[in-house]
Amino acid sequence: MTIGLEHYLTLAALLFTIGVFGIFLNRKNMIIILMSIELMLLAVNINFVAFSSFLGDLAGQVFTMFILTVAAAEAAIGLAILVTFFRMKGSIAVEDISDMKG
Amino acid sequence: MIGFDLVPLFPELFLAVTAMAHLIIGVSRGNHSTNFVFWASAVTYVVAALILVGVSWGDAIVLNGMFKFDNFAGFMKLIILLGLLVSSALSVKYLDDEGISRFEYPVLMTCAGIGMMLMVSANNLLALYMALELQSLSLYVLAAFRRGSLQSAEAGVKYFSLGALSSGMILFGISLIYGYTGTLDYGTLSATLLPMQSIPVGITFGLVFLLAGLAFKISAVPFHMWTPDVYQGAPTSVTAFFAIVPKVAAMGLIMRLLFEPFASVSGQWDQIIWFLSASSMVVGAFAAIVQENIKRLLAYSSIGNMGYALVGIAAVSSAGAGAVVLYLIIYLIMTSGVFAVVLSMRRNGKAVENISDLAGLSQTQPMLAYAMAILMFSMSGIPPMAGFFGKLMIFQAAVEAQMYVLAVLGVVTSVVAAYYYLRIIKVMFFDTPAPAFDGALPFARRAVLALSVIFVLGFVFKPSLAIIIAKNAAGALFPG
Repeated sequence: MTIGLEHYLTLAALLFTIGVFGIFLNRKNMIIILMSIELMLLAVNINFVAFSSFLGDLAGQVFTMFILTVAAAEAAIGLAILVTFFRMKGSIAVEDISDMKG
Repeated sequence: MIGFDLVPLFPELFLAVTAMAHLIIGVSRGNHSTNFVFWASAVTYVVAALILVGVSWGDAIVLNGMFKFDNFAGFMKLIILLGLLVSSALSVKYLDDEGISRFEYPVLMTCAGIGMMLMVSANNLLALYMALELQSLSLYVLAAFRRGSLQSAEAGVKYFSLGALSSGMILFGISLIYGYTGTLDYGTLSATLLPMQSIPVGITFGLVFLLAGLAFKISAVPFHMWTPDVYQGAPTSVTAFFAIVPKVAAMGLIMRLLFEPFASVSGQWDQIIWFLSASSMVVGAFAAIVQENIKRLLAYSSIGNMGYALVGIAAVSSAGAGAVVLYLIIYLIMTSGVFAVVLSMRRNGKAVENISDLAGLSQTQPMLAYAMAILMFSMSGIPPMAGFFGKLMIFQAAVEAQMYVLAVLGVVTSVVAAYYYLRIIKVMFFDTPAPAFDGALPFARRAVLALSVIFVLGFVFKPSLAIIIAKNAAGALFPG
């Protein structure tokens, strides 16, 4: 069996879905949300690299580099915000992020 | 045309350089320099606007097709700079009063502003993503700016996690569009899509993901869950900024994206926009009725307003686009006035946020009450205020495009929304007075409020002026 474009796309779609579900289904820990976001971005990277190689066009791989950079910045900011939240609340459980409702 | 010509990007480059200079000043002189950095960035916005007016407004594509400058981009950038100026004028005193006056605030605002200005002139999906992230990352930090408050930290966490989710969806959409068309460039994209007889399902999927992600950024229903919490939790001056500027920029980005590269496949996206628009109008009108916190109420109000603006996009016409641009200008100016009042709601040195705190304002501070009443009349779309003309143009475009359901829904939800705007007026004028608010308004806030009220009242005398400008700007999206 040869690995074709569709395999990469299926893998990326699966990883992306797992990432989205990870954000909504997890009730335990904010860190898991950060990991899920990372998973989504990496799934997109697989998509880009697969398309880029399939199309013989470099733009997709360049895009991947940019995504990696932005993902790093995003994780840094996410963790920083999480630290300020932890300082106030003493917990990073998702169910504790519920001071405002309505 | 394509080449290394940076002149059309001078305003952004100027802002970027000064933002770094302000950061250095802030770091070396500490938080004593906050007020200086604030006023310096306000001056920067004015200078950037002057540079923008100075550069040639002909169509230009720069940086190898990454950015496009045309009438639309130029005009939207001017609105964004106006919004930045207004929000920094509103912020200074408030941050001082709250004891969170730190120099990062204006720098972050400038960075977000650069991102927004690039958003409206993006001509490539990569540029779109990078500009959007520059804006979003700055906004996440601003939402959590009051580090000592649980609500602000919570607003930051919520905004960050849902914002990052929406960025992921945008990216997934872009990757599919890239894979099925083989290009990221708007021009090539539109040339590739135009001759297609049937649209591959991958492109449709990509477009759906892209629009869902962008709907998060303008907080259109059903992607609006973060808005009320973030608006309530963030410091009020940040809420004002969120309500005023990023919405305008994201709307400009959506308009360019849909009317330029995806114009020929409008059958694929007009249903989505229709749905986003209808549901935003309904939720914005009904969910706001039960709100007691004025910041939450304004969050739902902004959701509803984005719904009205989307009606103009759903019309897929030059008239519709012109109406959206006009609506955005009026919305921006009205909202800044309203927030000037909300920022002044302080009692015994503490900010109060409930609608009941406005009780009897007409007796304790009549000028403030009358200004707020005029703005509320305008928000609910009562003639002859400016808000009425914004809605009129939008619904006119919808009727011309034979979107009767949206137009009728828009009028009905406006009537429902009028209830909660008028309730604020009722509370201010007919309820037993609550204790007076602290002191007089600072000069900058009073200026914003006065200009906003003058605009709202004066619009009726020369409506053609703003309408023609908005039409010209939107016309750039519909060549020929």
